[in-house]
Amino acid sequence: MTPALIGAVAVWLGGWTVNVALARRELRGVWRLAPPVVFGATLLILWELLVVGLAVSPVLLPAPSAVWARLVSSGEILRADVLQTFVKGALTGYVIGCGAAFLVGVAVDRAPFLRRGLLPVGNFVAALPVIGMAPIMVMWFGFDWQSKAAVVVLMTFFPMLVNTVQGLAATEPMQRDLMRTYAAGYWRTLFLLRLPAAAPFLFNGLKICTTLALIGAIVAEFFGSPTSGMGFRISTEVGRLALDMVWAEIAVAAAVGSAFYGAVALAERAATFWHPSQRR
Amino acid sequence: MTAGRDAAPVLAVVLGIVAMWYLGAVILNAPWAYDQAERAGVTLGFWDMVQGTLRQERPRLPAPDQVAAEVWRSVALVAPTSKRSLIYHGWVTLSATLLGFAMGVALGIALAVAIVHDRTTDASVMPWVIASQTVPILAIAPMIIVVLNSVGISGLLPKAMISMYLSFFPVAVGMVKGLRSPERMQLDQMRTWSAGRGQVLRKLRWPAAIPYLFASLKVGAAAALVGAIVGELPTGAVAGLGARMLSGSYYGQTVQIWSALVMAAALAAGLVAAIGVVERITARAMGAQTIGARS
Repeated sequence: MTPALIGAVAVWLGGWTVNVALARRELRGVWRLAPPVVFGATLLILWELLVVGLAVSPVLLPAPSAVWARLVSSGEILRADVLQTFVKGALTGYVIGCGAAFLVGVAVDRAPFLRRGLLPVGNFVAALPVIGMAPIMVMWFGFDWQSKAAVVVLMTFFPMLVNTVQGLAATEPMQRDLMRTYAAGYWRTLFLLRLPAAAPFLFNGLKICTTLALIGAIVAEFFGSPTSGMGFRISTEVGRLALDMVWAEIAVAAAVGSAFYGAVALAERAATFWHPSQRR
Repeated sequence: MTAGRDAAPVLAVVLGIVAMWYLGAVILNAPWAYDQAERAGVTLGFWDMVQGTLRQERPRLPAPDQVAAEVWRSVALVAPTSKRSLIYHGWVTLSATLLGFAMGVALGIALAVAIVHDRTTDASVMPWVIASQTVPILAIAPMIIVVLNSVGISGLLPKAMISMYLSFFPVAVGMVKGLRSPERMQLDQMRTWSAGRGQVLRKLRWPAAIPYLFASLKVGAAAALVGAIVGELPTGAVAGLGARMLSGSYYGQTVQIWSALVMAAALAAGLVAAIGVVERITARAMGAQTIGARS
C-alpha cells in the first residue's frame, strides 16, 4: 500500500466516524447540514489525495485544486458562457415555454373534451426524448441562442402543461359550488380558488423544468453554437483534453442549476406556505 | 387506464397535431418552393406550391407522410444488419440503454436499501442524491465518453454509464420513499413477531415499495434512453440513433433526423409500455400473494 492509499482510507474512516457521531444526535437548524457537508468534504479530500498520491494523469482526472485554480483564473470566460447558455438560452426558453404551457393549460381547461385528449398525449410526449429535436431547431433558428431557447421551449412545454391541467383539476366540487353560491364568475373562481389550489402542481412543473431547461440549452450546443456557451466549451475542451476546464464548467453548471432550482423552491415556499408539504 | 372513454378526445388531439404539422410543413417549405419556381421561370399556383412543399428532397420540415415513408423504407425494406437500417441503429442505442438501465436500477435499489437501514448514509448521502437532481448531469456526457475511451474502454459501456447515471437517481429517490412507506404500526407488528431487519426488508418493506419501484422505473427508462442518445453525440459515433441525428444535421438530411426521432419515440414508448405490462403482471401476482398464505 502506498502512503496515498493509506491516507485515503484514513480520511474516509475519519469522515465516516464524524458522520456516525453526528447522525446519532438530534440535529437542529443549520447543523442539519453538517453530515452532507462533511461527506462532500471527505470526498473532495479523498479525490485530491488519490489524484496527487497516485500521480493520475490530469488528462484522465484533474485534482480539485487544479479545477479550482482554473475556475478562478478563467472567470471571464465562464461568465460569458453562463450569459450565453443560461441567461440567453435556458432562461428565455424557460419563460416562453412555461408561460405558453400555462396559458394553453388554462385555455384547454375550459374545454373538457380537449383536456381529456391532451392529458394522455402530454404525458406521452413528456416521456419522449424531446432533446432529439435539438438538431432540427439548430437548423431552423441558427447557431445562436435562439435555437437553444427553442429547444428549451419544446422540452419544458409538455411537463408544464400536464402539471397545469392537473393542478386546475385539483379543486373539490364542493369548493367550486361554494364559489358559485357566492355568485363568483369564471375569472373570479379562477383567480381566487382554482389557481391558488393549483399552485403546488404549478411549482412542481416549474421545478422539473429548471433542470430540463439547463440540460436542453447545454445539449443543444453540441449540435452547433457560436464560440461561447457551456455546452460548446465542454465539447471543445474535451477535444483538447483540457479536463480541468471541463470540470470547472461542470462545477459552474451545477452551481447555476442548483441556484435556479433553489430560487424556484424559495418562490414556492413563499407562495404556497399554506400547503401541508411546506409545513414544518 | 381509461383507454376506452378517452379514445375519441385523444384521437382528435393527435389528428389536430398532424394537421398542424402539415400546415407547418407548407408554411416553412414555401419559400424554397417559390425560389425553385422562380429559377425555373415558372409562376406557381397555390396548389402547385402546396404540392411542391410536401415533396422536397431536403425540406425544412418534412411532411408526416415523407417521414413515415422513410421510416418504412429503413425499417422494413433494408436488411437489419445494414448501416442504412433504423433497426440496426435503434438496436445499438437500445442495447446501451438496457445495459445502463439495468446497472442504474441495481445501484439505485442498493443505495436506497442502504439509506433506509443506515442513519449515517441517510444523513450524509441522501441530501447529495437530491441535490444531484438539480444538476445538468447530461453536460458531463462528452467527458465520460472521452475519458473512458482514453483508458481503453469504448463501445457499449461508456454510453451505458451515462444511462446508468441518469436512471439511477429516480430509482434511488423513489425506492427510498417506497421502502419507508410501511406505517409504524406495521413495523411494530413485524417486531412483535421478532422479525430481523432482513426479514422486515423482504416481507414488508420490499412488497410495499413495488408500486414506487415501477413508477420510478418508467421515469428511469425514459431518462436512460436520453442518456444513450446524448452519449452517442460527442465521439462522432458511427452507429446509433444519436449518431443518425448528428450526421443528419451535418448533411442537412432532415428526413433522416425525423425518422431517427420517430424511432427514438417508439423505443421510449415501447420501454414504458413494457414496464407497464410487467407492473400489471406483478400487481396481479402480488394481489394473489396477500390474499393467500405466503410460504
